[in-house]
Amino acid sequence: MQLVCPAGNLPALQAAIDAGADAVYAGFRDQTNARAFPGLNFSDAELRAGIAYAHQRGRQVYLALNTYPDSARLQQWYTAVDKAAEFGCDAIIAAEMAVLDYATRRHPSLKRHLSVQGSATTAPALRYAHERFGISRAVLPRVLSIQQVERLCEGSPVPIEVFAFGSLCIMVEGRCQLSSYVTGASPNRHGVCSPASFVRWEEHDDGRRSVRLNQVLMDKFEPAEPAGYPTVCKGRFDVGGEIFHALEEPTSLNTLELLPRLAQAGVAALKIEGRQRGVAYVASVTRTWREALDRHAAAPAAWKLQPQWQSSLSRHAEGHQTTLGPYHRSWH
Amino acid sequence: MTMMKLSLGPLQYFWPRERTLAFYHEAAGWPLDIIYLGETVCSKRRELGTRDWIALAAELVESGKQIVLSSLALIEAESELGVLQRLIDEGGCWIEANDLSAVQLCRERGMPFVAGPTLNIYNHHALAMLMDDGLRRWVPGVEQGYTLLRELRDAMQAEEQPMPELEVIAFGRLPLAYSARCFTARALDVAKDQCDFRCIEYPDGMPLATREGRPFLRINGIQIQGEEVTDLGPEILQLRELGVDVLRLYPQAEGMADIVDHYHLVRRSPVAPPRIGARNGYWHGEPGMRPVEAVSIG
Repeated sequence: MQLVCPAGNLPALQAAIDAGADAVYAGFRDQTNARAFPGLNFSDAELRAGIAYAHQRGRQVYLALNTYPDSARLQQWYTAVDKAAEFGCDAIIAAEMAVLDYATRRHPSLKRHLSVQGSATTAPALRYAHERFGISRAVLPRVLSIQQVERLCEGSPVPIEVFAFGSLCIMVEGRCQLSSYVTGASPNRHGVCSPASFVRWEEHDDGRRSVRLNQVLMDKFEPAEPAGYPTVCKGRFDVGGEIFHALEEPTSLNTLELLPRLAQAGVAALKIEGRQRGVAYVASVTRTWREALDRHAAAPAAWKLQPQWQSSLSRHAEGHQTTLGPYHRSWH
Repeated sequence: MTMMKLSLGPLQYFWPRERTLAFYHEAAGWPLDIIYLGETVCSKRRELGTRDWIALAAELVESGKQIVLSSLALIEAESELGVLQRLIDEGGCWIEANDLSAVQLCRERGMPFVAGPTLNIYNHHALAMLMDDGLRRWVPGVEQGYTLLRELRDAMQAEEQPMPELEVIAFGRLPLAYSARCFTARALDVAKDQCDFRCIEYPDGMPLATREGRPFLRINGIQIQGEEVTDLGPEILQLRELGVDVLRLYPQAEGMADIVDHYHLVRRSPVAPPRIGARNGYWHGEPGMRPVEAVSIG
């Protein structure tokens, strides 16, 4: 299985490659990708440098072009596709039909991966993307159980990539408008979720804090309570008089214990989430997964989950908690 | 001026069998042109099974309205694909395709379909491609308001592409997100696999408020909706100018006959009517939720 790691900028790209990523994924510094955060992503020159760095070491660079352009902005995405081909990216990761179709017709030899944002959860959906756009890989949404992933690997016309570790979107990717409902800025259209410019922290006299997203209260915290980033899905709300994380706790996905099953199922690649995270995160998480994957490749039957792997990954998890998420039925 | 059609969108909530059947039998007499039937949120909801929905479709066709069978927004299991295949092969109606699986199965069979609001069509090129696949009517996603739709329509015209029928969500709570997790089961602290179908207790979804008590969202099984019942009636002149063909009204537990009557007036009115629900911020290129001066009806 290939290890695909996040590269939010050039230092993170180099760190991921140095720590053993088989491929990294990156985006341009604009709304053509789903991590259009301030201070993140690549200029043309940086992307060229990153590709050179990876290729010199026999690794790959994928370009995320996984947002949904409206008619007036299509040309910007087409230009990004052209640049991906010109710079020598190994694949683009895209979800939107016009973008995929343009790449298919204009740059047929540039590989196309269906992004997680494409919300393809079944064999017929994957057949559509394969027949229409000749995709050579599909990234599955983080909603399927391990049994469903196994079944889909059997019926898919293309190799499958799954999310292995990182922040957990609990909604079907590409199908969540919670951020735009509150702020107007959306993952699909603008490549952002609950952007920082809409976040307002309030310190109270008693040491408690509140956090608002475009004036809407997402949560309140006791003085010593750890406080996570206020996406709508990880806030605490009042349902029937009870205050709790009504949608999800701040926690990260960690599928390390499923590694042998994912390999057995024929999963082609494991994706680490976190282009918005720093070099330390990328280096450490990549190193842990590299070691686990190498051990498995060397002796699949003897593979055992190492506690130090899990403790290392937990340190980098949201709220220092991890979950198997949708892979495990009990999460649902 | 051609008169816009009115459609009854698929029932997003889970109601008891008798209530659901009574609702649709009543709806057969309302001034609607199109009725969407079927379960779009959770495959475990089986007060009406696939056979029942197909039978209801056959019955309602007698009313002279167009009946469309809507597919699940999120398909995960083989059994759910099986249901989709039956709707397509045995339903005898158009399908509202709410994910790519439904698009592909219709495409493979050469069957026309309506593209539902979760299909993520954001530009004219994607729309034209799906028209090649069999798309005949398009319900844009909730994010797409007047300006985006006008730009898309103009781009279609510039490329001499015909527009499909355009159906806009005019009334109801907006579907905002879908998950593998059932949030109703989570709120009631029961496992999804042993949920006892408790969402049947919440015929308009389960209210979720902020910690300051501001009503915010509705929990509806694996779906999250906005709290506000949006109403595009006052924007009727813009809807006409845009060439919208169909106004979609989502079923609510109470007062639906009055809502349909209201929109029957709206579609014939030369002037904008008073607002009966919340202003839909998305339509105006703003956040979906806005401070509203809602007046409830009926």
